Amino acid sequence: MIHSLFLVNSSGDIFLEKHWKSVVSRSVCDYFFEAQERASEPENVPPVIPTPHHYLISVLRHRIYFVAVIQSEVPPLFVIEFLHRVVDTFQDYFGVCTEAAIKDNVVVVYELLEEMLDNGFPLATESNILKELIKPPTILRTVVNTITGSTNVGEQLPTGQLSVVPWRRTGVKYTNNEAYFDVVEEIDAIIDKSGSTITAEIQGVIDACVKLTGMPDLTLSFMNPRLLDDVSFHPCVRFKRWEAERILSFIPPDGNFRLLSYHVSSQNLVAIPVYVKHNITFREGSSQGRFELTLGPKQTMGKGVEAVLVSSQLPRGVLNTNLNPTQGTYTFDPVTKLLSWDVGKINPQKLPSLKGSMSLQAGASKPDENPTINIQFKIQQSALSGLKVNRLDMYGEKYKPFKGIKYMTKAGKFQALLSN
Amino acid sequence: ISQQRGNVTMKFLREQVTSICPGMTSVLSPCDVTTATSHCVCVCVMSYCWCVTVLYWVCDPQMIARGKNASDLFPAVVKNVACKNIEVKKLVYVYLVRYAEEQQDLALLSISTFQRGLKDPNQLIRASALRVLSSIRVTIIVPIMMLAIKEAASDMSPYVRKTAAHAIPKLYSLDPEQKDCLIEVIEKLLADKTTLVAGSVVMAFEEVCPERIDLIHKNYRKLCNLLIDVEEWGQVVIINMLTRYARTQFLNPNMNEDKEEKEKKKTEATAIVKRKPYVMDPDHRLLLRNTKPLLQSRNAAVVMAVAQLYFHLAPKAEVGVIAKALVRLMRSHSEVQYVVLQNVATMSIKRRGMFEPYLKSFYIRSTDPTQIKVLKLEVLTNLANETNISTILREFQTYIKSNDKDFVAATIQAIGRCATNIGEVRDTCLNGLVQLLSNRDELVVAESVVVIKKLLQMQPEQHSDIIKHMAKLTDNIQVPMARASILWLIGEYCEHVPKIAPDVLRKMAKTFTNEEDIVKLQIINLAAKLYLTNSKQTKLLTQYVLNLAKYDQNYDIRDRARFIRQLIVPTDKSGALSKYAKKLFLALKPAPVLESPFKDRDHFQLGSLSHLLNAKAGGYQVLPDWPEAAPDPSVRNVEVKESVQTYPLHPPASDTASGSESGSGSEESGSGSESEESNEESESASEEDEEEEGKKKKKNVEKIKTIIPSGNLKTYELLHRITGEGLSVEYCFSRQPFSPDPHMVAVKIQFTNSATSEAKSLHVEDAKLQSGMRIKEFPEIEVLPAGETVSVVMGIDFCDSTQAANFQLCTHTRKFFVSIQPPVGELMMPIFMTENEFKKEQGQLMGMNEITEKLTLEEKCQGEHAVVQRVTTAANLSRVPCGSDKECRFAGKTVTSGSLVLVSVVTKEDGAAQLTVNCEKMVIGTMLVKDILQALTQ
Repeated sequence: MIHSLFLVNSSGDIFLEKHWKSVVSRSVCDYFFEAQERASEPENVPPVIPTPHHYLISVLRHRIYFVAVIQSEVPPLFVIEFLHRVVDTFQDYFGVCTEAAIKDNVVVVYELLEEMLDNGFPLATESNILKELIKPPTILRTVVNTITGSTNVGEQLPTGQLSVVPWRRTGVKYTNNEAYFDVVEEIDAIIDKSGSTITAEIQGVIDACVKLTGMPDLTLSFMNPRLLDDVSFHPCVRFKRWEAERILSFIPPDGNFRLLSYHVSSQNLVAIPVYVKHNITFREGSSQGRFELTLGPKQTMGKGVEAVLVSSQLPRGVLNTNLNPTQGTYTFDPVTKLLSWDVGKINPQKLPSLKGSMSLQAGASKPDENPTINIQFKIQQSALSGLKVNRLDMYGEKYKPFKGIKYMTKAGKFQALLSN
Repeated sequence: ISQQRGNVTMKFLREQVTSICPGMTSVLSPCDVTTATSHCVCVCVMSYCWCVTVLYWVCDPQMIARGKNASDLFPAVVKNVACKNIEVKKLVYVYLVRYAEEQQDLALLSISTFQRGLKDPNQLIRASALRVLSSIRVTIIVPIMMLAIKEAASDMSPYVRKTAAHAIPKLYSLDPEQKDCLIEVIEKLLADKTTLVAGSVVMAFEEVCPERIDLIHKNYRKLCNLLIDVEEWGQVVIINMLTRYARTQFLNPNMNEDKEEKEKKKTEATAIVKRKPYVMDPDHRLLLRNTKPLLQSRNAAVVMAVAQLYFHLAPKAEVGVIAKALVRLMRSHSEVQYVVLQNVATMSIKRRGMFEPYLKSFYIRSTDPTQIKVLKLEVLTNLANETNISTILREFQTYIKSNDKDFVAATIQAIGRCATNIGEVRDTCLNGLVQLLSNRDELVVAESVVVIKKLLQMQPEQHSDIIKHMAKLTDNIQVPMARASILWLIGEYCEHVPKIAPDVLRKMAKTFTNEEDIVKLQIINLAAKLYLTNSKQTKLLTQYVLNLAKYDQNYDIRDRARFIRQLIVPTDKSGALSKYAKKLFLALKPAPVLESPFKDRDHFQLGSLSHLLNAKAGGYQVLPDWPEAAPDPSVRNVEVKESVQTYPLHPPASDTASGSESGSGSEESGSGSESEESNEESESASEEDEEEEGKKKKKNVEKIKTIIPSGNLKTYELLHRITGEGLSVEYCFSRQPFSPDPHMVAVKIQFTNSATSEAKSLHVEDAKLQSGMRIKEFPEIEVLPAGETVSVVMGIDFCDSTQAANFQLCTHTRKFFVSIQPPVGELMMPIFMTENEFKKEQGQLMGMNEITEKLTLEEKCQGEHAVVQRVTTAANLSRVPCGSDKECRFAGKTVTSGSLVLVSVVTKEDGAAQLTVNCEKMVIGTMLVKDILQALTQ
């Protein structure tokens, strides 16, 4: 299936290659570079590129292209999903997935790639099994290995691969037994000129960090499971119980994992936590434009809106801006025309605003593009959809674990359209 | 590594290298690579480029020149294959696989090590030896590989069998001649019942012999049932393969609807013949039902696979479920989005209604990459209809103001397509497009004009109005491209605007000298066309324009003028061509077609690479059309295995526990064979762990609860461990047809030897039976070692009575008297019937044969799901489809005499319900009522 993998950095160098079948020359990547040149933005490179003898399927993560070479029919999503899994594994192992990290840990990278695919077909992609086979590098271990000459490769054989619960190791022991769950929701919205919502939806995930001894069996129930319109589960969740009782019942993997991701559809009414008031005008014939932007909290359920960051791509005609923020700092890049304003926390008593003028190219006519502004923010201790965890129970083990649940709302792709 | 360089003394490192891999020092020391760490050595052998890079870090720069090709080191590296250090060993494997092709003879040195590994008692070592051996691409060892694969395919450990499945395509690509032998192995592995093997062997099947669909028949139901527990990558492969399989074996569920469309054209007589009621094959239903939960998978590839399966196989009414899952995937990485949107675009042409509720999810954000924007636009266009077009057009209007000009161009095209598809908005769209002609951006204008041109060519009856309107615009619009296009339009359709056209030419002639070149060319063009159609009015104007052009600065224009003058103005010298001038200029130009590029792409299997590229990729298996008549469904029937199977210690409690645990009765209703499958699956789960079973016993218990989707088989005790002196025997009614004699009930008996010594020659003797009852004994079990478990199947004909079958169970030392008494529910087997058949049969079994009881459902048992589960647990019946959700119907027949058993449960408010049993055997009916009552009320 997957023949070879090439890692290409942002300057177009192949800095790692791995072949699972016979060797494919790296010249095959020339087709990829051609496509890369044609694309105006890095993310515009087509994910699937046919070449005379091969097909190249690539993903872009952390400014590295992971280019897989395949020779015959295979579902493209299969390859794409696998490549993302590779990146996730690297991230899991090295903390970050950068060119430097990969080069520093090249041996581990090769060992991982060797285990993840056999003859191009995925073999072990579960992080738990991989960690049993190849231990993640830590500074301490590097030092110890240098002195003692021991290695990163696990001495014991990977029994996890044989297990029917492949996501969990056996014989896990902790002195503090803890289970933490983060309910993180992202709101995607498009707000039109008048401030009314064109589309809004909430995407949520429950990320868990479970450090429990033995083989615990957890159940997690919600106060209002009906809110969840569409869900996808970690393989550990018993689907039947969810269908019948709307309860999440699972034997958790050890460590960090994503238990559930869900979707609250646009059919439900979605509360919009912030509003934008704006007035951007360009006068015909004048080289000046006025810019006014005010932010305020809307439906936040009494919680403060934090870490607000506003960015906007201004029309190409704008040469420079002269703006005054009432709080925070703003920057304008005259080359990319990107305006960004780091607002910080919104104080409902004194709303933050950004006012001033823009200078336009002399003689240029009024820009006709429609700028949009993207807003990022965070609301702690609240899930916008109102989802609430009811209780968490543990079966199968005797001890009492420490349990914690945290809620957070973030802006996903939150856009407001501006008039001009 | 560079950090380590200064810290470690050279001597120490040399010792290290010597101790870890003795073969390496001989290579390294002549090169003075004294600072090599174990890492370095390992990396050295990995690949040429990394060898260079790492050496560069560790050694002096002049060393680089020496490392031309790491294959020089081959003999020294291969010696390390027997090394104890696992990391070195693994890296040597990597090296070996990489360079063996170039150094074939030397690679043979390592073979004996692997052959030894294949015999290792540890399953993981056996597996890894097979994995590397099969990866060495050296033709000489093909026979060795073949042998190893064959052996591994019958290994005890499912993990080794999985590795064998992985090795099959490797060998096949090395030597395609081995195909026939490999197919035998595949056939054998396909029969494997463990989830671990299933995905890998189907992958091998797809690579080696995708055309041998006949191999799937016997394993079809098993694959469907195992599917949910197979690892995610295997799921993708299996689902794609089953889609193809289903297309060859089942009938088109949308047959009648599709035909109805065609029928309109045909005569009434044929219509009546074709209106055969469609009944879905239960196996087809099984596939749809078992794949549906996978829409919730976190793996996008799995979701896509299920989505395409539903799109290609499901009845129209059920396809809708996939839309939600696909829309969810749109939140994922942009590459995933790209592929999903391509597929959604294709689906939305055929099944538009499915995605309409999610219209807003396809709205475009300014931060989307251009390729995603264009695809979303495509989907929005496909989804446009009379009701939503106004919202879509409003949305398009905002897109037109985007910074991204490629995207704006695509939007204008999309508006054009909406206008052609939906008549109501054609004028609105045209007006909007005409306004865009005054846009400052050339691209926008050019695109608008192109689209307007296309629109006008499509609706000739309305030409004049719009062209007149366009003609007026020439006064205002300054963009040359737009002016040129308008002039072309007027010239092309001058016959529709006979009054205006000459006037436009007059105005243009006036401004001719100030126009841009492309406009000038079009003015000449217009003049020529008008001259040919209306020479009376325009002769002088044309002359004038041509004269102006004759002295133009641009030679293209001068050339054009000269050429046209020769062609259209009749002179003495003009050649034969002038006769055809009108035909040349005013030929009917074909209207450009505005249709989706995704139209008819669904002849490729969705989700495939070929679909994405819209071209057949190598190795693509064509998705066959539905057969006209269904092939024989009985090919999928599986015979009950009589052969002895070994199972390790299996906690008996788990079976019953799982029965009450999993709330999945409706899953059971389809066919009796399912439960058997899932039961065996749970056993295979525990089979996997020969080495650490004690430690993991608890884990297995846990797991069984998770994975059994429908394990409601009750296990009964035949012989207790203490009375049996260490031999415990349990039995359950497997609910599978007993193949040697269809009138017998299959009883699965499981022996567990928990004594310290082995038990020999287990068999049945001296059956004391009621008259008419018969027993088909299981074949004698010769040896049952201590700690082992064995299952066998025997058949008993109970003569449709609940009398116990008594017999003796003998070992080599003792005899035990045992008896098996069947619950009445096990004396029947499910049959499939439609709602109408059920009603008809019920009507014939009235009076004495009908028993009705009123009951109050227990709290937990309210709801259709629970009722179905409880009834099917109590009796081996299958569910009959029913229009009302207040009523559940079940049907079966007794095993021996084949008398019909019909059960229906009608639920009313507050848990009240009515149970009706119709059966011509009154005793059976009465007892069954009692059992079901008990099941529903407790």
